[in-house]
Amino acid sequence: MQKKDTSRRDFLLSGLLTGAGLAAGCSGKTAFTPGNAEQVIPSGEKVKLLSIDGEVVEVDKAFLKPVPDIPYPLSNGEERVGMPGKKFVMVIDLSRCKNLKKCQSACNHMHHVHPGQNWLKIYAMQDAEHTAPYWQPTTCMHCDEPPCVKVCPVDATFKRQDGIVLIDSDRCVGCRFCMAACPYSTRVFNWEKPALPEEIAGRDYSCETSVPQKKGTVGKCDFCPDMVRKGELPHCVTACPNGVFFFGDINEDVVTNGAETFRFSDLVRDKAGYRLMEDLGTKPSVYYLPPVNRNFKFEEGLKTEEQKTNA
Amino acid sequence: MENQNTLNSKKTTQDLLPKKFGKRGVIWTAMLILLCLIGAFAYYRQLRYGLVVTHMGDYVSWGIYISNFVFFVAISLVGSLVTAIFRLGNIHWSTPLTRIAEIIAVSAILFASFIIIVDMGRPERLVNLFIHGRIQSPIMWDVIVISTYLVISLLLLYLPLLPDLKILNEQKEKNMGWWNKVYLFLGGFWKGNARQERINQKAVLILSILIIPVAFCIHTVTSWLFATTYRPGWDSTNFGAYFVSGAFLVGAGAVVIAMYIFRKIYHLEQYITEVHFDQMGRVLVLLALLYLYFNMNEYLVPAFKMKKAEEAHLVTLFTGDFAPMFWFSLLAGLVIPAIIMLFKQGRKPLPMFILGIMVVVGAWFKRYLIVTPTLLHPFLPMHDSPDRFRHYFPSWEEWAIAIGSLAGVLLIITFFVRIFPIIPIQETIVEQNATPEK
Repeated sequence: MQKKDTSRRDFLLSGLLTGAGLAAGCSGKTAFTPGNAEQVIPSGEKVKLLSIDGEVVEVDKAFLKPVPDIPYPLSNGEERVGMPGKKFVMVIDLSRCKNLKKCQSACNHMHHVHPGQNWLKIYAMQDAEHTAPYWQPTTCMHCDEPPCVKVCPVDATFKRQDGIVLIDSDRCVGCRFCMAACPYSTRVFNWEKPALPEEIAGRDYSCETSVPQKKGTVGKCDFCPDMVRKGELPHCVTACPNGVFFFGDINEDVVTNGAETFRFSDLVRDKAGYRLMEDLGTKPSVYYLPPVNRNFKFEEGLKTEEQKTNA
Repeated sequence: MENQNTLNSKKTTQDLLPKKFGKRGVIWTAMLILLCLIGAFAYYRQLRYGLVVTHMGDYVSWGIYISNFVFFVAISLVGSLVTAIFRLGNIHWSTPLTRIAEIIAVSAILFASFIIIVDMGRPERLVNLFIHGRIQSPIMWDVIVISTYLVISLLLLYLPLLPDLKILNEQKEKNMGWWNKVYLFLGGFWKGNARQERINQKAVLILSILIIPVAFCIHTVTSWLFATTYRPGWDSTNFGAYFVSGAFLVGAGAVVIAMYIFRKIYHLEQYITEVHFDQMGRVLVLLALLYLYFNMNEYLVPAFKMKKAEEAHLVTLFTGDFAPMFWFSLLAGLVIPAIIMLFKQGRKPLPMFILGIMVVVGAWFKRYLIVTPTLLHPFLPMHDSPDRFRHYFPSWEEWAIAIGSLAGVLLIITFFVRIFPIIPIQETIVEQNATPEK
């Protein structure tokens, strides 16, 4: 477990470093040349990183800049703009899902989702009578043409430049038009006062953490931008033991589930990735890899359902 | 001749002045107030505990509040039909009905705005619509056109009332004490001279023209709250026309009911005659046929194709859970009244009254059918959410608020009739004096 954590962090560091490298490249310096090279003493400890060309390179740890602490709380304005230069995507590999619901419980736990409701749902899908059933987790699709954002009368739900669709629960009037507009049934409403521990309920609301949820407003999956800012992966990605969820930046063309890292375009091309309800023109940011060559039988996932009904 | 006219106008004035409530009137008003109070208590509970007191859920996220809203907006359209479209069409027989139609319009649109606020999860943030309003959202379009419609409707109620206020001001001793002050405040400036008359007539004419596009807007935009989404049953280019035609039908039905009741209680047989019922019957047949036409487009075309998403929705309506309500609203609220009204006997006051009630009740359930069944058929199956979200039947709080709001509309109309003449006195006198010369 510890090992996995390290590799994940390394990947994300690489993301940040390549980002910095790109910026440096623009100003005439080569990538991996630290801004103030004379002050850095190589530590001798090497780290493997993924370069922008998709090659693994070794870099001395001393050249890595620690991720600066995020100046929380971010202002509402900063939260509405998003992370410059980023465009987040998710890839969900249906061949790996066996309905364990670890993603769901992690998400519910970290966002204090009201008991019974879920931002992340795992559907037992069967497209036609004679086709094979499969498990399909859905998050918010973070559409590039979000129907929910289109209809919001007060700009309480908004699309950021990094592709993430968030909700400002301090502004939401609770008209629920976005829920009617969303074809993916991803939005939930706080019908009553959310069941929250006192210290959580007392916090100022942040659009990036979506915590604390507020009575009479809408909630949904937020792609965990607070984790991403810290250089970590969304909770569902890290919680899944089967590596179903891949998260990344389409500008860097890279996605990872923490253990494996792929070039996004290769992965989607080689495994015939698709998006849900493409015909609606919503342009989701979540891609699915079809359930072929599966790791698990569909029936294995039924156990979770049985446990749930027994509980 | 001249003498006869004055005599006539005195009698007319006497007949049409607002009258005190009888025993039935007091009981009626008390009952309405009680229903409003129950609704207010239910709303207090909703404010305190949240929308959890309703039986709405993450799937059926709009319930009878929204269908009630659509119903009120629909019924309010009749103001524009009777006062504006008939006026511009040079139809004279509708004169005694204009004020009835206009007060129905004003009170219904007031409660339409109110019920929308009731539906909001955070009503105290209403101000956000003005601070952070996004003009791209159909809700903002609705806010704009509904407030415009309310203002124009109020003016169309008020301006033709001015000559009648003069009559009321001239006979202070007969009015209720402190209401004289109100009449004086509202109409004290009205001398009824030629210049004022001219300005007033011009203003009413302009407003009559203005209100028609605005009326079409309010209900078209209301239909767009649904039609701008992807959901089966709502995703329809037919929706605007479908809503507007249905709205004229239910509004005309409501006017017929009001006509019958006022005629009966205030003995207005001389002013609201059988001819009026006969004519309204013809109008209703026309509107019912129009609405039937749009219903056919709305249901039969998708039913011919039976696309997967539409199929689940249509089957619940045609033969499933909602079938009894669906066929009731279609047959009892539309087809049967239209057929009966084709016959002259069917256009007599009493049958018209009953058919009017059928049309209005059918229309209320029709609005329920437009909102709820669609939400029970999302694109992805209902899953991973509490079981109670998978079906919908309104809670007592929802019923209490919906019924309370209906009672509120009736209460406004009742008080209006108590305070102001429901049949325009001045206009009736003018019409009477003009008729014998023909």
